[in-house]
Amino acid sequence: MKTSTRTFAIGDTAAQADYLTNTSEPLGEHMTLNVGPSHPATHGVLRLVLELDGEEVITCDPVVGHLHRGIEKIGETIQYNQFVPYTDRFDYLAPLSNNIAYACAVEKLLGWTLPPRGQALRVLALELSRLASHFLGVGVYAMDTGAMTVFLYTYNEREKIHNFYEQLTGARFTSSYTRVGGQTRDIPEGFCKQVLEFCDQASVSIDEVESLLLKNQIFIDRLQGVGIITREQALSWGLTGANLRASGVQRDLRKVTPYLGYENYEFDIPVGEHGDCYDRFTLRAEEMRQSIRIIRQVIATMPDGPINMVNEKGVLPIKEQAMMNMESLIQQFMATTVGVNAPVGQVYFAAENPKGELGFFLDSKGGGIPNRLRMRSPSFCNLSILPELLKGHMVSDVPAILGSFDFVMGECDR
Amino acid sequence: MIDSILSFCDSVLSNQYWFFIITLLIKLVICFAITIAFIPISVLIERRVASFIQDRVGPNRVGIPATIFKRFGMKADLPFVKALDYFGLPHDGRIANICRYFRLDKDIPLLGLLQPAVDGGKLFLKQDFTPPFVRRFYFWVAPMLVLAPPLMTAAVIPFAGDLETPYGNINMVVANLSIGPLWIFAISSLSVYGLVLAGWSSNSKFPLIGGIRSSAQMISYEISMGLSIIPLLMIYSELNLSNIVQYQADNGWLLLPFWGEGLTVERWVLLIPIVISFIIFLTSVFAETNRTPFDMSECETDLVGGYHTEYSSMKFAQFFMGEYAAMIVGSSLVITLFLGGWSIGFGIDGWLLDNCGNWISTILQLIFYVLKLAAFAFFFVWVRWTVPRFRYDQVMKLGWLVFFELAVINIFITAAILYFIK
Repeated sequence: MKTSTRTFAIGDTAAQADYLTNTSEPLGEHMTLNVGPSHPATHGVLRLVLELDGEEVITCDPVVGHLHRGIEKIGETIQYNQFVPYTDRFDYLAPLSNNIAYACAVEKLLGWTLPPRGQALRVLALELSRLASHFLGVGVYAMDTGAMTVFLYTYNEREKIHNFYEQLTGARFTSSYTRVGGQTRDIPEGFCKQVLEFCDQASVSIDEVESLLLKNQIFIDRLQGVGIITREQALSWGLTGANLRASGVQRDLRKVTPYLGYENYEFDIPVGEHGDCYDRFTLRAEEMRQSIRIIRQVIATMPDGPINMVNEKGVLPIKEQAMMNMESLIQQFMATTVGVNAPVGQVYFAAENPKGELGFFLDSKGGGIPNRLRMRSPSFCNLSILPELLKGHMVSDVPAILGSFDFVMGECDR
Repeated sequence: MIDSILSFCDSVLSNQYWFFIITLLIKLVICFAITIAFIPISVLIERRVASFIQDRVGPNRVGIPATIFKRFGMKADLPFVKALDYFGLPHDGRIANICRYFRLDKDIPLLGLLQPAVDGGKLFLKQDFTPPFVRRFYFWVAPMLVLAPPLMTAAVIPFAGDLETPYGNINMVVANLSIGPLWIFAISSLSVYGLVLAGWSSNSKFPLIGGIRSSAQMISYEISMGLSIIPLLMIYSELNLSNIVQYQADNGWLLLPFWGEGLTVERWVLLIPIVISFIIFLTSVFAETNRTPFDMSECETDLVGGYHTEYSSMKFAQFFMGEYAAMIVGSSLVITLFLGGWSIGFGIDGWLLDNCGNWISTILQLIFYVLKLAAFAFFFVWVRWTVPRFRYDQVMKLGWLVFFELAVINIFITAAILYFIK
């Protein structure tokens, strides 16, 4: 076969560009810099349109929605239990927290209270996922400021937590652990002992990471006095989670409106003083220590008993009974086809997630499908302060401030 | 036949012009072999040390897999045993055991040394894409301007002691200039043009900021770097790098004056300004080479790739080679000025020259010089993977408000010591 090569001439567009004629302002003009949506510092697909005067940010216009999947609308078309896998994809760094927050919201609508062992399991899973999320948050933050090594140290620890996820839920990442009225499975044998061993070793590595970064003057200079959020600002922009507490507001939903029996455990709420990046960083490290404290208490006081709701029709029966017993067989059939039958009403439930307050608003007109499902995602609210906060900072501060918020775009854009 | 060749060589070498040209060519080969071979080696050091620091495995798997014996089957089919059978060797014989000792039954380990070579091959084979919106000529020239200056500065750095031959004395430096440090500063500051041109000609915003940052940073650190060397030149009273190293070989390294005639009160007091100079100079070398605490121009978290964002393939690799070459030349400068260059130190140089002959001492000095370079490459990598990065304005503040003043004051301190303590 005869082949021929054709060459294409690409014109030097630069030569014809009209910028060669100098029409610029004599005192310099502002530059518009488009950071993202795919940029190493934006942790996903956040897009920031910055207006720069030299290195200084004049205005910032965050553009969100690049990861919008219409999850709220999807939630209005499927049964309560079918929505659980979608919750894995909100804050994909702590899927278990989302599963539990959603399940608790639906249970609040139904007026159910889990048996004590089920609640303890959920608290254990919540704190494990908080540890996983904060380990990544701290490590990625170090990487944003140029310290690659810390990121890999913390990722090591996070990897161990993912192994626990696998033992607990059967999946390393998209856990889909909860169902309305319970969990998919109980903890395996020897799980608690492994978790306790991990707790000992994780608290050592938290100290290690802190001493590696917080004794470094370069790192402290990058963080201290950068991105200060005052108490009033934090409250008026609706920040939640570690970002709110770093500004000096002592608000943790685990203490304010205890759920899943959090009132039985002893833990402190660390609070920052200045509300700068340094406070947000140290506060996350301290929260990890508190999480380890809670995990130890949960394992020490782990009650026996059922993990799911008993004698409720929307919950799957025990498999052996379904094979032997006709009522249980019918219950199994109804639970998988119809699901829970929710009463008419509206309910809002908010849980203290690693990223902040994750709230679910459910409007039910009865039946197995919600009429309206609305999320209050902490990352979205936390990011809303960016235009106010980035003003007057340098370009190099942008990744430092973004990293200190520890946001996830999957949750922000839903 | 052999006699005639030898006599021809003899007559050629006896001619001083031919002798000069031939020795110069050999020195050129050695000098650039060290500098250029060190670029892939420092890439390897970078990866190995980084993986060691970060508890990772790192590039240790690059070897020749035994599966290369395809005719003996895949790895699962025990190709080693089949290879032994093929040659009729017993499975537990001496040869088989020797092969097992060197892990030849699994694969042929090369300590990951092939990794940089494979990396380079990959970059060669990638598409060399020039975006349509760039200023073509400057876009192509910029990587060359980054790589060339460090290689040129390597010419004045002595890499071994003098070698006495029957035909004459060979000075182990490519260009034995009597203005060594001045040449180095004149040439190495040219590499800023490469970065600025790369940033500007890319006609894109992130490279532009990177290029501007790097030009500001390199020019400001050039100043404190030059000023920090002046005390040394006052102490040496000499601008020829070969003589500076020879002085250190005889009288003790500048930072370690423990032998020779170096143990005077003056030398001990002079250690104060020397240590200050050393710290300023070392930090400035980090800033000049754009490595991590100071990599403002390419810090990937805010500028994506900095000045080389729009580059691909070998043009991109050239920037990295330039960075590593600058790192090697910078560390060889630190070694030459502060740590005795090629000298083995502790008075061993003189002893070797007396007892073992000139050739052996010269070769040992060359080896020692390379070892010192490797140690410094390790140091650079160590710092890079441990320390976070500065902010741009903090870098400028450190350069202008701390190092510049400190270097100026240091000159006066040195002058006072040299004048009053004799």
